[in-house]
Amino acid sequence: MFQIRCPYCGPRDEPEFKYGGQAHVAYPADPEQLSDEEWTRFLFVRDNSRGRYAERWNHAAGCRRWFNVIRDTGTHEMVGSYRSGERPEDAR
Amino acid sequence: MKRLAGRGRINQDRTISFTWDGRAMSAHPGDTVASVLLANGIRVLGSSVLMNRPRGVVTDTMSDPNAFGQIGTGESSEPLMRLTQVEVYEGLTAMSRIHKGVLPTGTDTGRFEKRHAHCDVLVAGAGPAGLAAALAAAEAGARVLLVDEHPHLGGSLLGEDVVIDDRPAHLWVAEVEQRLRDNPAVTILTRTTVFNVGDQGAIALMQRVSEHLPEAKRRGRALRRMWQVRTHELVVATGATERPLVFPNNDRPGVMLAAGVRGYLHRYGLVPERAVVFTTNDDAYRTVLDLINAGVDVTRVVDVRPDPQGWLPRRARELGVEVRGGSVVMDTTAAADGALAGVVVAPLGGGETELITCDVLAVSGGWDPLFDLHHYLGGTARWDEQLLAFVQDNVVAGQRVTGAAAGIFGTTACRRDGHLIGLVAAEATGFGSATSGPAAPEAADVTEQAPADFVRVAAVDGDESHSFVDHHRDVTMAGIERALNSGITNVEHLKRYTLVGTGTEQGRTAKVNAGRLAADHFDLDFHMIGVSNARPPSQPVTFGSFAGRALGARFDPVRTTAIHSWHVAHGAVFEDVGQWKRPWFFPQGTEDMDAAVLRECAAVREGVGMMDASTLGKIDLRGKDVGVFLDRLYTGTMGTLKVGRARYGVMCKADGMVFDDGVVLRVAEDNFVATTTTGGAAGVLDWMEDFLQTEWPDLDVWLTSVTEQWATVAVVGPQVRTVMSTLAPELDVTQDSFKFMQVEDAVVAGMPARVARISFSGELAFEINVPTTSGLAMWEAVFAAGEPYGITPYGTEAMHVLRAEKGYFIVGQETDGTVTPLDLGLDWMIADKEFVGRRSLRRTDMLREDRKQLVGILPVDPNDRLPEGAQLIETAEYEIPVAMIGHVTSSYESAAMGRTFGLALVRGGRSRIGETIYAPLLDRTVAVELVDPIIFDAEGTRRDG
Ligand SMILES: [Zn+2]
Repeated sequence: MFQIRCPYCGPRDEPEFKYGGQAHVAYPADPEQLSDEEWTRFLFVRDNSRGRYAERWNHAAGCRRWFNVIRDTGTHEMVGSYRSGERPEDAR
Repeated sequence: MKRLAGRGRINQDRTISFTWDGRAMSAHPGDTVASVLLANGIRVLGSSVLMNRPRGVVTDTMSDPNAFGQIGTGESSEPLMRLTQVEVYEGLTAMSRIHKGVLPTGTDTGRFEKRHAHCDVLVAGAGPAGLAAALAAAEAGARVLLVDEHPHLGGSLLGEDVVIDDRPAHLWVAEVEQRLRDNPAVTILTRTTVFNVGDQGAIALMQRVSEHLPEAKRRGRALRRMWQVRTHELVVATGATERPLVFPNNDRPGVMLAAGVRGYLHRYGLVPERAVVFTTNDDAYRTVLDLINAGVDVTRVVDVRPDPQGWLPRRARELGVEVRGGSVVMDTTAAADGALAGVVVAPLGGGETELITCDVLAVSGGWDPLFDLHHYLGGTARWDEQLLAFVQDNVVAGQRVTGAAAGIFGTTACRRDGHLIGLVAAEATGFGSATSGPAAPEAADVTEQAPADFVRVAAVDGDESHSFVDHHRDVTMAGIERALNSGITNVEHLKRYTLVGTGTEQGRTAKVNAGRLAADHFDLDFHMIGVSNARPPSQPVTFGSFAGRALGARFDPVRTTAIHSWHVAHGAVFEDVGQWKRPWFFPQGTEDMDAAVLRECAAVREGVGMMDASTLGKIDLRGKDVGVFLDRLYTGTMGTLKVGRARYGVMCKADGMVFDDGVVLRVAEDNFVATTTTGGAAGVLDWMEDFLQTEWPDLDVWLTSVTEQWATVAVVGPQVRTVMSTLAPELDVTQDSFKFMQVEDAVVAGMPARVARISFSGELAFEINVPTTSGLAMWEAVFAAGEPYGITPYGTEAMHVLRAEKGYFIVGQETDGTVTPLDLGLDWMIADKEFVGRRSLRRTDMLREDRKQLVGILPVDPNDRLPEGAQLIETAEYEIPVAMIGHVTSSYESAAMGRTFGLALVRGGRSRIGETIYAPLLDRTVAVELVDPIIFDAEGTRRDG
């Protein structure tokens, strides 16, 4: 069970949160301009890397805010979290 | 073994009795089942799992591979309990079931609890290292949780005759315990095991709260309590376990681990009549000295090392014990009951053999640090050539291993290391400073002679089918050889092939030997082979413990509407929809479900019916950009909706698959209410919030779930206007004044209400929304007003039939996450604008003509009702395997049409309307005609009454 730092509420247990997949994958601004392949890549392809990974979490049973977490997928170290609009370098 | 008066940490002044296999046993408070069996001369506990060999107690710890039994009777009986841990109490019943238990049937009436806690430093193990660590951390100011599986603190000190600071060790333990108990920041949990270590210091504990007490004294207390602890630092002080040796017939009851023998002496006052000790190291001589001190005849020490000259062997010799270096036990003999009668001793490498009579052979093949908890988060181990044992290799963040678990042996060294680790752990959590802490006790252990690197005595005749590596799983040296000769080269494979080390006791006495024997076999260095990994839980945890008190009605929250009590009073049969209880149907008299549903459907089509629609999800959206927001989420246009009007909408996920649907009402310029499916409400709100927060934070939209704030009564059927006129004389419900999809605020039955003309049945219908507190009153008012017209309450099943007659799909019934709006024939709902998922609708796969499409189905035999989920194929005659071209999603009997019908998803179905395909069932094959999904009232004339 992870302990995740909500940037608004502080550290809380994982069951309070909902996972939201890789961070910084924006919904394309103009999907109609994308080829099938580009659109498919947006829909289905995400990084699956070992090491530091930026991912989205929602404090669903708390403040209900979405934010981002840097987690080490190899060790499960929670490197830090940051709000929408902040940069990964701001994670703490 | 026999009991010595006045010895052991038991109360020999009191006697209690319990039964073992129905035999009354005499015990003392403080005994375990294992110690009582030994004291009562029961050496054979049972038969081994595969080879039916007699087996007995091997040691006094939870590493014992044999000492398991069934505890208790009936529904609360529990299999595979550790007899070395189960404390006896008056009235306990235990049964010999050493390797296979019996699962109790029926309901477990025991109570299990859960608890959450936080601490700075959690110390696992209260031996000399753990106690020193806990004390150092606590006195530095940290909140400390000290956990130990035994009833008393002290760990290995309980089973040893050791002096600390010139006094018996138990006095030191008592003093430390007092200092810890006096510290309000310290919590001590005995009879408690750390069974898992998770990320960020999530520690799971199992505490035995009252199961060691007689039933009468439990008095409603939980049997066990599961703790979920969040700690900053974990100190692993879980000690070490002794390793046995492999030799022919090494499994006879009476062959024990050397430390276990002295553990039974010091903890329970039990000694052998005549003992032989077989060792590779000096530590086993502590057993020799303690036994002699207790007056036991230690006939011989068989030491593998050619010339044992440490201070312990020398002391043993001084006391007159015959120490034979360079020799081994090469076999054992059995008494009539299969227990040990004697040992055959011979020089290492062959020579004259000697048979020595004894009832206990105390064996030591060295010590294995126990640091399973270190492995759970990816900790690794390395083979230490000096210690001849595995020790921790890497460092796991937030964890520190100390004492024997870290390969540090000797009480003084363990206390010293524990103290330092305690200070470091406290400092890591912001308390004190490791360098300026109080002075650590000095190390003063006397050096011992190096142990021999020795595992196994080869059988003289080459038959190693009785040389046991794993007692619990009956894995022999012959079995290991067979596996290795068949091509296995990896210990994890060896473990799974032979089951070595997979026992309930986690193979603690078997794993290292198995790995070393594999290394020997391949003539490899041991570190090339290693041992199989330790995995949680460190000891079995019952399902009841995980369930805790979340049983029956407490398993999941139950949601009921404001009208629930009326439904119950009127005999509704309920259906679970998510957490909601919804009336499924309202049987009258002796009606079965089919009859009730037919009657309810007929009433709606011919007269008037009413339904509790309160569970539909309702999301209140406010702000100036709500129209824009909804346009981006629904396939249709919502922004153009006029105030006082409603519109049906469908939403897709980005992949273009239908996600949810519902009617959107515009109640003010900047206020919409979106209804969702009952089960989808939370998901839709999450989905909307996600887009608002992360994609379009610039939009002025505020979302509030109002599902539970509104109660909804749907009044449906050709006679509904009469009922509505009675209820709301002020409200003009004529077709011209109250159109389909119109929304009006009105007074209904004297209550302010929001009335909408929405239909999910194709009939003329009004939905009356009132605050939840008025829900029951409104329902009763509608029922009273409708009674003269035979108003009929109906449930979800009739609702499903009525909507299916009209070809309306249900999310989750017709859709399954692979169905697009186009598959459902909703082309007309795709507005010419961008919305989430739109781009997906023109991916190549979405344009395939043979996608499964929604169609209606009419069984050719109008009385044959297909099971939902039935597959559809092309031909009446078929051979398996047969291509499935679709499946039935809904299937009912229609009162209005007087026949059965259904909906189905069929490949290219829309272009096949009029064709006949087949549903192959177990007992028959049903021909079905494909028809338009709108089977009833295709012109939609009934909607306006
Ligand atoms: Zn929060």
